[in-house]
Amino acid sequence: MSKSTLVSTTVNGDAVEFACPTDESLMTALRDRVGLTGVKEGCGTGDCGACSISLDGRLVCSCIVLGVEAEGRTIETVEGLSQNGVLHPLQQSFIDHAALQCGICTPGFLIAAKALLDRNPNPNESEIRYALAGNLCRCTGYDKIVRAVQATAKDMRKKGRS
Amino acid sequence: MRYETPASAKEAAGLLKKEKGAAFLLAGGTDLLVKLKMGIVEPDLVVDIKRIPKISEIQSSTKGFTIGAAVSGAELGEHAGLKKAWPGVVEAANLIGSDQIQGRATLPGNLCNASPAADSVPALIAAGAKAVVVGPLKKRTVAVEKIVIGPGKTSLAKGELIEAITLPKAEPRSGDAYLRFTPRTEMDIAVVGIAISLKLERGVIKKARVVLGAVAPTAIVVAAAAKAIVGSKLDDKTLDKLAAACSAACNPIDDKRGTIEYRVRVAGVLAKRAAKIAFQRAGGSL
Repeated sequence: MSKSTLVSTTVNGDAVEFACPTDESLMTALRDRVGLTGVKEGCGTGDCGACSISLDGRLVCSCIVLGVEAEGRTIETVEGLSQNGVLHPLQQSFIDHAALQCGICTPGFLIAAKALLDRNPNPNESEIRYALAGNLCRCTGYDKIVRAVQATAKDMRKKGRS
Repeated sequence: MRYETPASAKEAAGLLKKEKGAAFLLAGGTDLLVKLKMGIVEPDLVVDIKRIPKISEIQSSTKGFTIGAAVSGAELGEHAGLKKAWPGVVEAANLIGSDQIQGRATLPGNLCNASPAADSVPALIAAGAKAVVVGPLKKRTVAVEKIVIGPGKTSLAKGELIEAITLPKAEPRSGDAYLRFTPRTEMDIAVVGIAISLKLERGVIKKARVVLGAVAPTAIVVAAAAKAIVGSKLDDKTLDKLAAACSAACNPIDDKRGTIEYRVRVAGVLAKRAAKIAFQRAGGSL
């Protein structure tokens, strides 16, 4: 067990400090120390994307980031997607398209899909599938997820918000 | 586990050199943290280089590009100048892993992990890339092909680290390309990878570099393949010679992704395709 280190970050817009051992993953720190259990542990080795977060605006797997690396960084998790109790359009679309079953992969898909739409508001199906290739789902078979993202992109373009 | 964030590459080298236990460098962490999780490594010291000034920057000058050791694959893909000059290098780097991995993975990480199937390595070698290696006492610049000496093994001494990768200025009427074959379209490891960089003069190939990956213990420079296409406009006969030279250079393993026979054959097929892409990028007409 390594000595704990104090880490100061910004998480979903709030200043957050946590103390974690130097060898602890950011995923574990966010779940067990900050209480953000929307960050899911799937494989723990960067293959499944369930722990996806945005770190300084970059999509990453938080299981292969050390908690101590987050010092001074800005983190966004699925908990930050809804605003004032209103679901993000992607979240609503996942519900409307039944793009989830067990839900373990869902936060990671939402974060990865948001990263895609932030840089490309009009992705085609192939682009969506490539962008979500780092997220594994063992329930829905991906088609509903892809359709939910396509529908969100269309709606958001219409409404002119990102 | 001690975690250090040195302010210079030289300081990082000193920390790595001084440590008596297991010391590891951390940039993107996409290999190191997986090994940590699986218990393959038990570090006493991790040296995170990302706080070093300029190590996360791509600098371009009249001589070419200097890519800091912590620059991620995603950042390479967003750099218009680099993509224009060395599209093969950027496409090779961007093939590694998912978007999540691209957010962290680095060129020196791909190189020093020393997998025979590393995607960016053949492309870097074909492009004539060099590694800027910093040690506790001195700095040296080495051709990328001198870094990997076998699966999982590099020529770096204890305390040495790669501070940056440099790419020369792309010459007029030159082009490069990287292709790999994988059983799946994404999130897979190359069965064969091939990088070709070439320069034209009056529509004819004047110079070329052909580098294979995943078909030998390290990436291999295939001089005979380059020789086969120099002086040509990539007519069918030349392409057959190129394919034969690439297949002949293979020394692959059998594994679940591909048999020896398959890899040898695919190396030739991909070589033809990559050569055509590089040729067209250089402005050549087929």
